[in-house]
Amino acid sequence: MWILRINMTDRTSKWEAVPERFRTLYGRALTSKIVAEEVPPLCHALGPNNKLVFSAGIVTSTPAPTSARISVGCKSPLTGGIKEANAGTSWGPDLASMRIRALIVEGLPQDTDKFWGTFIHWDKDAQKPVVEFFDASEYTGKDVYESYPMIYQRFEGRISIASIGNAGEYGYGNSGIVFNDQAKRPSRYAGRGGVGAVMASKRLKFIVLNEKGSPGVEIVDKALFDEGRKKMIDAIRTHPISKPKGGLNTYGTAVLVNILNEAGGLPTRNFSAGRFDGAPKTAGEAIFETNKERTGKEVYNHACSPGCIIQCSNTLFNPDKSERASCIEYESTWALGANLGVDDLDDIATMVHLCNAYGLDTIETGVTLGVAMEGGVIPFGDSKGAIQLIHEMGKGTPTGKMLGGGAEVAGKLLGVRRVPTVKGQAMPAYEPRAVKGIGITYATTTMGADHTAGYTICPEILGVSGKQDPLSPEGKAALSRAFQATTAFIDSSGHCLFIAFPILDIASGFEGFIQECNGVLGTNWSADDVVAYGAEVLKVERAFNEAAGIKAEADRLPEFMHLEPLPPHNQVFDVPDEALDSVFKEM
Amino acid sequence: MQVYVRLFATLRRFVPEAKIGVTLSLELPEGARVRDVMAHYRLPEDEVKLAYVNGIYQEPDFVLHDQDEIGLFPPVGGG
Ligand code: SF4
Repeated sequence: MWILRINMTDRTSKWEAVPERFRTLYGRALTSKIVAEEVPPLCHALGPNNKLVFSAGIVTSTPAPTSARISVGCKSPLTGGIKEANAGTSWGPDLASMRIRALIVEGLPQDTDKFWGTFIHWDKDAQKPVVEFFDASEYTGKDVYESYPMIYQRFEGRISIASIGNAGEYGYGNSGIVFNDQAKRPSRYAGRGGVGAVMASKRLKFIVLNEKGSPGVEIVDKALFDEGRKKMIDAIRTHPISKPKGGLNTYGTAVLVNILNEAGGLPTRNFSAGRFDGAPKTAGEAIFETNKERTGKEVYNHACSPGCIIQCSNTLFNPDKSERASCIEYESTWALGANLGVDDLDDIATMVHLCNAYGLDTIETGVTLGVAMEGGVIPFGDSKGAIQLIHEMGKGTPTGKMLGGGAEVAGKLLGVRRVPTVKGQAMPAYEPRAVKGIGITYATTTMGADHTAGYTICPEILGVSGKQDPLSPEGKAALSRAFQATTAFIDSSGHCLFIAFPILDIASGFEGFIQECNGVLGTNWSADDVVAYGAEVLKVERAFNEAAGIKAEADRLPEFMHLEPLPPHNQVFDVPDEALDSVFKEM
Repeated sequence: MQVYVRLFATLRRFVPEAKIGVTLSLELPEGARVRDVMAHYRLPEDEVKLAYVNGIYQEPDFVLHDQDEIGLFPPVGGG
């Protein structure tokens, strides 16, 4: 196994052995550790001292189910703190299969006229990957739905592609890194925190992989791994949320729209209400019914990446059966729907597709547009106006460039007081005044407002892993802490976070999950050990943020959430500061 | 008394008139519980995971009041 360094200052590459201290670090644990060790916390995120680190998870590229995640780490231009964003794609397993434990992109060239691509493939004779560079300037300014087919044509065989869209090229705080899905769509995003702009700052437009002939990952204890894998598969296949034709496979993640709406926790019109009348028209059920009507058959969802047996990724079809957008996630249909007062599913799908094409994060985009609506740029409910503004972001007009800075920047430019961000990053689709635990996660995670970092929605709304009252702050700091630590481990394992639904409810599934990891690594971890592993990841990230000037005082929600009661429950965010501070103090 | 019911995701299979976004109104005797709503629509109890009454999660034996709004869900998850 190697650490591969690509230096964009002089376009050279270097192979290093994996140091002993990284022996069990993969995925988020490794990207965060390398960023913490090698990136000066006070550097400019788009400057020569920032680094962009890719690492696949512990079981990625093995036959473990639903485990093809790739983590991307750097200092974030959006939050100024550490960032890990991950995606499900064949790119992750392909990197791991070539035994590249971490790919570190560093430096940046003097000449900023050009963009470059790099092609990494397995050399059978040398029994090692080789790195080549190519001039990618001809693809500059193209959206990723234009550039991807050109790259697929340029390289032979089965390749995987990581790239950036126009948003990254413009250096937006709102810009992701996109990876291919199983149908060669450029649609799987490590979306949050401006990681696309970091890749673009290094003038790197593509990282193309071809793992053909590579040896794959080593499994130390195959019998243990197989035992764990079987338990995981059983748990996923029997749990009603994750089983075939279950909730996720039928309705996708957008199945959550209605339940959050019923619970009064669906942020509506820039976080001014917790319920939206038009919500059902934007939900997973509506996507399923619309597809049935338009294609004449029931369309179940597909896998974003190899080996996923949950298969939650949807596509919305046009009346002529062509594809309108893939994939419409809960977060996306909310950000560009209820959050904007928009209930036209086709227009939402158009916006999702445009975000994917231009390289924008759908959450940051929707929340920015919500703030722009509040600031009077266009009225709430104006979906055509919103589509136009996304085009402006993608084309880099002066207005578009300002919106590309993200929701917090837009709020400052427009004099808006109701700006739903933490540490500069836009809030996702759960209202903290109606779901207190998730508010604690938003406030305290090292990532800036992020639901995935500690998904307390499971017990607070979904009744997964017990049932807790979402409106009560009682015990929620401990809940968020436990979820954050467990998540940091799942993000390091390479599994998609959605395995949490079955393994939190089915004990043998959780056991199998740990056995898989022990099987690959030859470790002897218990459930406590993996939580401790996750907590250690968080401490590393937290220390980076503190050194970057982001201290405990930044672990707060915006003031308006303490002042404005949110209908229908008419509650404010009433979690005391001491409870927020206890999340890390007692870790 | 009169209550209002919405069914979501796979639960709509059991009740043809429960179209997307449609709220059903239902006459129930005083003292009726969430469980009685499930029985009225012949929803198998193990298919109903969550009941929200006026936006608050309630157990099946929760006693309903006139004009209550009830949302029923099978197990759902996402993110
Ligand atoms: S559950 Fe969904 S997001 Fe996760 S790996 Fe499978 S298809 Fe991708």
